[in-house]
Amino acid sequence: MNIYVLLKRTFDTEEKIIVSDGRIEDESAEYIINPYDEYAVEEAIKQRDEHGGEVTVITVGDEESEKQLRTALAMGADKAVLINTEDDVEDGDQFTTAQILHAYFEDKEADLILGGNVAIDEASGQVGPRLAESLGINYVTTITALEIDSDTAKIDKDVEGDVEKIETSLPLLVTCQQGLNEPRYPSLPGIMKAKKKPLEELELDDLDLDEDDVEAKTETIDVFLPPEKEAGRVLEGEIDDQVKELISLLKDDAKVL
Amino acid sequence: MKLLVIGEARDGELRNVTFEAVAAAKKIDSDAEIVGVLCGSDDLNESGQEVIYHGADRVVTVTHDNLESYTSEGYSQAVMAVIEDESPDGIVMGHTAIGKDLTPKLAAKLGTGLISDATDIENDGDKAVFTRPIYSGKAFEKKVMTSGLTFATIRPNNIPALERDASRSGDVTSKEVDVKDINTVIKDVIRKASEGVDLSEANVIVAGGRGVKSAEGFEPLYELADILGGAVGASRGACDAEYCDYSLQIGQTGKVVTPDLYIAVGISGAIQHLAGMSNSKVIVAINKDPEANIFNVADYGIVGDIFEVIPKLTEELKQTV
Repeated sequence: MNIYVLLKRTFDTEEKIIVSDGRIEDESAEYIINPYDEYAVEEAIKQRDEHGGEVTVITVGDEESEKQLRTALAMGADKAVLINTEDDVEDGDQFTTAQILHAYFEDKEADLILGGNVAIDEASGQVGPRLAESLGINYVTTITALEIDSDTAKIDKDVEGDVEKIETSLPLLVTCQQGLNEPRYPSLPGIMKAKKKPLEELELDDLDLDEDDVEAKTETIDVFLPPEKEAGRVLEGEIDDQVKELISLLKDDAKVL
Repeated sequence: MKLLVIGEARDGELRNVTFEAVAAAKKIDSDAEIVGVLCGSDDLNESGQEVIYHGADRVVTVTHDNLESYTSEGYSQAVMAVIEDESPDGIVMGHTAIGKDLTPKLAAKLGTGLISDATDIENDGDKAVFTRPIYSGKAFEKKVMTSGLTFATIRPNNIPALERDASRSGDVTSKEVDVKDINTVIKDVIRKASEGVDLSEANVIVAGGRGVKSAEGFEPLYELADILGGAVGASRGACDAEYCDYSLQIGQTGKVVTPDLYIAVGISGAIQHLAGMSNSKVIVAINKDPEANIFNVADYGIVGDIFEVIPKLTEELKQTV
């Protein structure tokens, strides 16, 4: 099976966000594989081990993204592709990324494409469905189980807590939800092997794309932090009295009851 | 300007976010003609009227057996047919499970941008400016469309719906669409979500963490949530420890919520959890550890044993609410 994983490099979830001049400072930040994309990498490896074939992880980013691709290779993916847009794309959006991926996938015969259901930074969840639509293949978002039998896929899809039992056919794009699997940590031999696994680097030119073809349809005009939350009141006294006081505060001061 | 609002129902009832989306369209352009779109397998006339009572000028319905349950293939055929008829200048929908699944497909078909998960909209006189959370609410960004349709999804519970006005009138017309070639079939639905109140739309959330100690430990939280007409959520710690399902998880992975009242029970307040809830209007923290980080974002805190405090709180509320 020809399996691909769409992967994004994101800030570590531990990171505090610092904004200056309407932009997020990223100089000193630690980066990780977007946690939802980790489920995708894990699932891709599992499906390959069960059905054979090859797992290719692909990211649209800059040179720095190589680290996250190597981590995915160390987990067990076979090949990586870095589409480096550093020189060509200033401020891309989801349209941009989907167009680039579409150009990459146009001449590939993907049986299964996996991605996270959302990235924890921009959190739009658009790229997967956009790509599937442009490739004319089926897609299912927020999956929590995947079982493939030749051309048929049986899927559990999380719908706001309920589970839809879905049947569809390959080629297929899915986006992964928490609960799908438990992503493995790269092993030491895995890390050693990953250094030698193929990593192809492409630019827009190699995909026959111009900057105009991928020009964003949206623009970010400002970034700001929410007002700092001040620590409130810790109540005192007997628990019974605290409970009564809390209720009256919620009713009369906060007016939320 | 003409704006399309794609509505959505759950168990035959229109979701409130549909009315919020109408209000959002008004914020994009207060003079716009607002056309609601509803898809389903039953008669949608009454639902269409409700959308008009909440501010739409008219409604187009598409009914077909293949629209009984939401599928991206079915709904996109129906909605695209309406878009072709109406040639709108913009589209608004809720950022719900269906909205998240459907709108990127429509945006790709239309070759347009899409601003997802907006929590506020203002018109600067020239164009609509959308505010949306990034990094799970650790920061916010303002976005505008630079070309093509104005297309956005809005987060439930953030843009208030307009007051229902039953004196409003407008046409509800039906559009025939031959919905076919559904490749992705829903065989069954297993109901696991708490009955009634959905986390993303709940006004009150009672969330438990590791301090709740077990699945049984969540029972008092459900009772409290019940009294308050709210929903139960959880921290990652509680989900990882299998006290409850991952669908309840609130945080940077999991759901981001902004209820009026958030009661954090036995939650220490890791930065990833705070990202998912710190924009709630009022936060109450109940924890036995006075040093717990959650107290730094809480409006009101009680330091104490949750198994003592929660039942007392529930009892007291029974008498007062």
